[in-house]
Amino acid sequence: MIEFKQVSKRYGTKHALKEVSFSLPTGKVIGIIGENGSGKSTTLKLIAGLAKPSSGEILVNGKAASRRISQIVSYLSESDGFYPFFSVGDMVDYSHSQFADFRPEKANEILSFMKLDRSQKIKNLSKGNRGRLKIVLTLARDVPIILMDEPLSGLDPLVRDSIIKGLISFIDIEKQTVLITTHEIEEVEPILDTMVAIKDGRVICIQDVEELRIQEKAGILDWMKKVYQEG
Amino acid sequence: MGEEFNPSKPIYLQLIERISHQIVRKELSAGEKLPSVREMAISSGVNPNTVQRTYSELERMGIVETRRGQGTFVTEEENILSSLRENLKEKQVIQFINDMREMGYSDREMVEGLQEYLQKEGDTKHD
Repeated sequence: MIEFKQVSKRYGTKHALKEVSFSLPTGKVIGIIGENGSGKSTTLKLIAGLAKPSSGEILVNGKAASRRISQIVSYLSESDGFYPFFSVGDMVDYSHSQFADFRPEKANEILSFMKLDRSQKIKNLSKGNRGRLKIVLTLARDVPIILMDEPLSGLDPLVRDSIIKGLISFIDIEKQTVLITTHEIEEVEPILDTMVAIKDGRVICIQDVEELRIQEKAGILDWMKKVYQEG
Repeated sequence: MGEEFNPSKPIYLQLIERISHQIVRKELSAGEKLPSVREMAISSGVNPNTVQRTYSELERMGIVETRRGQGTFVTEEENILSSLRENLKEKQVIQFINDMREMGYSDREMVEGLQEYLQKEGDTKHD
């Protein structure tokens, strides 16, 4: 379980998150939504232990989030930090060497699903294929928590579709919890169980998406237009 | 990824509707095995939890049954299947009547309109 207790995060004088408290259910696909600069990426970085809260506490399965939390958290960053001279296979082997729970057989399965070849050089991959490779590396771990920061951003529709299908195919929802930040709400909406809406550094709503549809007769996008534009 | 879902209606209800239609159209026959939760999730592009909820609800309605270790199957109970068929018909009829009333057609105009259309369709088929 992921728990935030009175968490604030400042960058200089700017507040990215303001005294946020919440806990998230397990075994769900959770979408973190909000406008640019609302604190979505900061939230993921805090869970991944890649940023420290200015105050408050973050617990991931009962452990305080720090760099060592990467043992139970798989994190896909918005940027890619691949070595261009690596091949796809080198990159998979490298991840295998870093994480005890990395499953090379699963990585191979996802590679072939994504139509990637181990021998391809990373510097020759298209942006879409680099996006796909990130998915392979993130999902090939047997890890309870998967964080994905804008996995679809800047990719063309076919790549986005293959990434969403890959997600459905390769997550083990009985054992894994997935958090996704995204602007591509329409595409992600059918695979979300829960949404966490962030506005100006505060969590304004945590809601089961099917319940939202039942109660409000609205999808996430309609709901957002209503709530975010009311100011 | 199949047909798109209407984002403002619960997806599990839309999936129940799709599967019910497949059963009534006999694309899924009595006693036939449904795809696994994961297969259904992938082919329809939704979350496995949503498919699980769909299957549980269909099971509660008696339309499918889950056999341990084997999967989920369309029921073989004739009365359930025929009432499913009746229910879908009734739903369409109610929808049609409500739409027509909203536009101001009388009951007689509806019935005559249906008969006329079916008559015309029958004629063109025979030509």
